[in-house]
Amino acid sequence: MSESTAVLSTPPAAPPTARILGLHLGVLAVLFALHFVLPDYHHISLSRIMVLACFAMGYNLAFGYSGLLSLGHAMFFAAGLYAAGLVAQFADIAAPGGFLIGVAAAALVALTLGAIALRTGGVSFMIVTLMFAQAVFLIIYYFGTYTRGDEGFVVPDAMRVLLGLDLADPTVRYMTALALFAACLMGSLALARSNLGRVLIAIRENEDRARMLGYDVYRYKLTALTLSAVMAGAAGAAYGLLFGYVGASFASIQYSIYPLLWVLMGGAGTVLGPFLGTVLMFYLVDLTSAATTAYLLVVGLVLIALILFFPKGILGTVRERYLPWLP
Amino acid sequence: MDFGPYFLLASLEGAVGAAVLAVTALGLSLVFGVMRIVNVAHGEFFMLGAVIAWWVASLIGIHPAVGFLAALVVSPLVVGSVAILAERTVLSRLHYDPEATIVATIGMLYVIQQAVLMTYGPEARPVQPPFDFRIQLPWFGYSAYKLFVILAAVVLLLAVWWGLTRTRLGLMMRATQIDRETARAFAIPVDRVYAGVFAVGAALAALGAVLVVPVQQAHYLMGHDPLLLSFITVIIGGLGSLRGTVLAAVIIGMSDGIISVFFSPTLAKIIATLAVAMVLVARPQGLFGERAP
Repeated sequence: MSESTAVLSTPPAAPPTARILGLHLGVLAVLFALHFVLPDYHHISLSRIMVLACFAMGYNLAFGYSGLLSLGHAMFFAAGLYAAGLVAQFADIAAPGGFLIGVAAAALVALTLGAIALRTGGVSFMIVTLMFAQAVFLIIYYFGTYTRGDEGFVVPDAMRVLLGLDLADPTVRYMTALALFAACLMGSLALARSNLGRVLIAIRENEDRARMLGYDVYRYKLTALTLSAVMAGAAGAAYGLLFGYVGASFASIQYSIYPLLWVLMGGAGTVLGPFLGTVLMFYLVDLTSAATTAYLLVVGLVLIALILFFPKGILGTVRERYLPWLP
Repeated sequence: MDFGPYFLLASLEGAVGAAVLAVTALGLSLVFGVMRIVNVAHGEFFMLGAVIAWWVASLIGIHPAVGFLAALVVSPLVVGSVAILAERTVLSRLHYDPEATIVATIGMLYVIQQAVLMTYGPEARPVQPPFDFRIQLPWFGYSAYKLFVILAAVVLLLAVWWGLTRTRLGLMMRATQIDRETARAFAIPVDRVYAGVFAVGAALAALGAVLVVPVQQAHYLMGHDPLLLSFITVIIGGLGSLRGTVLAAVIIGMSDGIISVFFSPTLAKIIATLAVAMVLVARPQGLFGERAP
């Protein structure tokens, strides 16, 4: 991938910080403004999209920046979702605590299963993460007494409260989603421009060379995967608390494929790409599922088309051709 | 029933599963061995084989045996053609890059599965077995068709072995597997070998499905379990080792059959998936493989 050579060879002072900050804050401002103009249906869709985009941004940290093609990110999302949901259901722990517990659970899964999976690379890493995620999915079924398996459960309304505000209220929900989204977006941006981000890109481009330069590659990868899982888990926990439903379908392989699809579409290794991909795919699937039950056909066709013709995604291509400063 | 006969029944069920698994996983293993790619759509080729078998069998309504035999010929041919099409239009253009191929075959998985959902529908449909009698053992009766499945799988495996070791085409495949560049230098049409191997791999999945469909109904989501089990088998058997694949299929199929009779199938699956992941981490060459992939 040639874009990173550009990133690596540009002196750190060169990217126009004001322009980059302006673009990202501008996106956040537009999202804030949309709250006041969107009709109900798109309002709730966008709340969902912003939370799911956090999942995608987390995936992008692993896949886009560090080159870790995981097929098991649903386990991190599900860890956040179920941890937050289960403590709300059985321990009466309300939103802020449940959210943190969800994030911690995802980090724990990354530090255990992820640490094991990182012992492998390439295709083996894909299969091992796939297997681990499958095991997590089956474990959710196995403890069906608590998780209620496929059917799932509804998070009690009394637990969906943050600082005295009702998370089921559309305005509160939208603003909470936006706050989480802003944190993940600015976090990704800061990471992409930090030394850590540059080392991760270096590892993605040439692992042996990074190792030769003295970087502890395994540790950097584990850091990246854990940060990625933290974002995915935060998205999962927020999804459960904001939308009030926890179910096993969120742990299925489909939810490991979706972030890959979103990131591929928007542009792997770009800060705004995951959000763009999530918006486009969400509405594409939404429109198709109105027409046919076989809406996953679109997912398949888009995956094939992207990998064949636009492996760099939309923003990756835009950066290559028009806006080389895009982070 | 006493433990002995019960165990015998479980073993017979396991052997049927192992036979179908060996044929299906061999297809995946062949593709991985020669082309060095992981085909995530393998389970959908299996499902497509089963659906086409139902379609052929229901078109030919003369006698179940005629329909079954026709399916045994038509289904792998159709599925093989679909595979060639997919290989030529998508995989060859990706230059068989391992990671891009996985993403593309995930795409194919959805396309095939959803296309079947749109045309065949969400129902599960049975295919009549070609013959219908039970062999009466002292403790229980057992379907003769299931025993035929085991026999047919053995014949198929021997045919693949013969094809790979005794024919010119097999020699080309093995040459490509060992060293693609040298094979090309010796005027072996590597591109066509790749397309052929991908088709044979898919056809084997379809054959496994035709064998199983009189016992298990055809359904558009039926590709999931064979895919997972084939993955497990190929990894345990050692990536690229055909002998290891067959050996692993027997062990996994038998133990899967026996364990799911005596224990919770979910627990068995959890243990199996975790064990396989650990095998891949600790011994990337598989339990029976000799060289690193």
